Amino acid sequence: MFVFFLRQFLFISVPDFVFVMATRLQFENNCEVGVFSKLTNAYCLVAIGGSESFYSTFESELADVIPVVKTSIAGTRIIGRLCAGNKDGLLVPHTTTDQELQHLRNSLPDQVVVQRIEEKLSALGNCIACNDHVALAHTDLDRETEEIIADVLGVEVFRQTIAGNILVGSYCAFSNRGGLVHPHTSIEDLDELSTLLQVPLVAGTVNRGSEVIAAGMSVNDWTAFCGSDTTATELSVIESVFKLREARPSAIVDEMRKSLIDSYV
Amino acid sequence: MAEEAGMFMVHQTIGSVLCCKCGIPMQPNAANMCVKCLRSEVDITEGLKKNAILVHCPECDTYLDPPSTRIRAQLESRELLAFCLKKLKLKPAGVNLVNAEFIWTEPHSKRIKLRVRVQKEVLNGAILEQAYVVEYVQQEHMCDSCTRVQANPDQWVAAVQLRQHVAHRRTFFYLEQLILKHDAAVRAIKIKQMDHGIDFFFGNRSHGVKFVEFVGKVAPVRSRSDKQLVSHDTKSNNYNYKYTFSVEISPICREDLICLPPRVAVSLGNLGPLVICTKVTNSIALLDPFTLRHCFLDADQYWRTPFKSLLTSRQLVEYIVFDVDFISPEVNIGGSRYALADAQVARVSDFGKNDTIFNIKTHLGHLLKPGDYALGYDLHAANSNDMELDKYKNLVIPEVILVKKSYEEKRQRKRGKPRSWKLKSLNMEVDETTRGRGDQEKSNSEYEQFLRDLEENPELRFNMSLYRNKEYQPSEMASMTDGEDMPSIPLEELLADLEITDAEDEDGDMRA
Repeated sequence: MFVFFLRQFLFISVPDFVFVMATRLQFENNCEVGVFSKLTNAYCLVAIGGSESFYSTFESELADVIPVVKTSIAGTRIIGRLCAGNKDGLLVPHTTTDQELQHLRNSLPDQVVVQRIEEKLSALGNCIACNDHVALAHTDLDRETEEIIADVLGVEVFRQTIAGNILVGSYCAFSNRGGLVHPHTSIEDLDELSTLLQVPLVAGTVNRGSEVIAAGMSVNDWTAFCGSDTTATELSVIESVFKLREARPSAIVDEMRKSLIDSYV
Repeated sequence: MAEEAGMFMVHQTIGSVLCCKCGIPMQPNAANMCVKCLRSEVDITEGLKKNAILVHCPECDTYLDPPSTRIRAQLESRELLAFCLKKLKLKPAGVNLVNAEFIWTEPHSKRIKLRVRVQKEVLNGAILEQAYVVEYVQQEHMCDSCTRVQANPDQWVAAVQLRQHVAHRRTFFYLEQLILKHDAAVRAIKIKQMDHGIDFFFGNRSHGVKFVEFVGKVAPVRSRSDKQLVSHDTKSNNYNYKYTFSVEISPICREDLICLPPRVAVSLGNLGPLVICTKVTNSIALLDPFTLRHCFLDADQYWRTPFKSLLTSRQLVEYIVFDVDFISPEVNIGGSRYALADAQVARVSDFGKNDTIFNIKTHLGHLLKPGDYALGYDLHAANSNDMELDKYKNLVIPEVILVKKSYEEKRQRKRGKPRSWKLKSLNMEVDETTRGRGDQEKSNSEYEQFLRDLEENPELRFNMSLYRNKEYQPSEMASMTDGEDMPSIPLEELLADLEITDAEDEDGDMRA
């Protein structure tokens, strides 16, 4: 609870100028934008090729804050489902080519560790959901993988399911400020998860009733990108739970929060 | 399962999510949309038939099930519902039928309305249920067979000419009842009463064949068929025939006295040769009244060596019984009981005029008592010119052969009163030109005789439907002073006359 309190305190002190909070877009007439992009607080990956407008939407929102990198992983465009990462690191599956790995290392900021992991469940984005402090992991992930996640991303790892689904990375999306989970999640599960993650969670949908949350959207602390099918109702749920209306990027805030949470957790 | 194993399970409370369209809180479902929004989003009845045409024949009240089947169904019946639903083709459309009911419409509106409730899976697994109304337009279109009948009702394809060459029509009265009971002639286009028989006309050869087969099962018949070419089309190899079946019923009737030809008598183990026919079905039952020997002659056997009756039931003479002495005890032969006895009888016509008394042997010992009346053949006075009789050289011809007990005396008291039962009759055309006034009277008296036979013979009634006569009122004077009552038909055997018959066979058709 005190985490929430601290946040309240922090955000009151932040000078507020309002961003465009959540954006609706499509990737080649496909609404599953979370599949084709990976958004963290320190960088954004978008699928190579495809429509230039997809890239430029990210670019226009994020270019002056974080790098937007066009890439492929393992030769595919479904990068959002294949990799997992936060502001500290990026995990890519063993199928990633050396070239792609090199490209990512060159493009991402220096403090971001890019790590390729030998894990048979190669769709890491479906198996791992994380923010900058905690991660939920697929129950069948290797012990070593779990350790790597903890080391590289600097997070605490919990093996969990969401509404009975083991693909935690697909059925939830959360940032440091809030999270959206599968609509069938029971209230008890919701309580347990939000206690683990230390962020407020809500059950909801994207893309006009789709329950595959992470596939339909990508989100960081101050902005979100949703599929163009997302209705106004869903958008307002997303904005309120991720607290996008009051957010703005600030390195100072991030630093402060990190130090505070570190000291208390 | 985990709970059965005693594991601790966290209770799961179903939360609520916002409907993705309108934003009201609701239980999460497969579409994550509230029912109203889902309804507005998808119409599961889209693409389903809302209008259909039923081709209906106003004459025979049937519906066409394409290509050529015709279904007979009442309005608002199960059959019609099934037929109407079949037209909608719900299964191929991927829709499940939940419920269907008729909405009442005026029959003359030629519209049938059906409220159908269907289920369909929409949007990743959500099942939606919806009701809609289908309107069927009933198009009147006469079916082929009705058209043919309308164009010319006499247009028959098969004719069955049923004949019996005897002086009376008793057999046909009996056959008429059998035909009615078994609905054997429902397909007949026309039934015509002819001299010595009846003609049945059918629209289809197979109906005629079926009818001939029916008659073959109830009477000893021989039949032959002929066909006449009406038209033909050599190019498509179509031939159009008219078929005629000539069916002849053997002239031997119940209660006839027969002198068997020597060959037949020998083949039946020296039966007779004077025998009484006791029963006619598809075989002929013969009884030797002096030895109580009994045998059956089937149609094949009969027609191989056909013979005629020596005397028929019209020539029966009434006798009065003076004395009966049993020779043998009562025996059961072929389902009926007989007792051989010596009897002393005199003709009723002689009674009080002369002293002619006959000492005879009879098989009716169990029925007769002194003072009873009986009907028999008067061979003493008969002047027979039967060829078969002459073939037997040393045959001693008895003076009298009694055939049945007579209830004439008792019947006279009842004369003119209606019976408690009646029979249906076939809708037969009668060719008036070939009949005179006397024929009508003769036919009536024969019919009366037939009705009496029915009363006396439960065996005869076995295959018939008798109906209760509504006009009949039991008389108050029916005091049973006589020890022995006249035979009548018990009330339990009568069927209540159902009034749902067609207009054509109403009461006028009933002959009581």
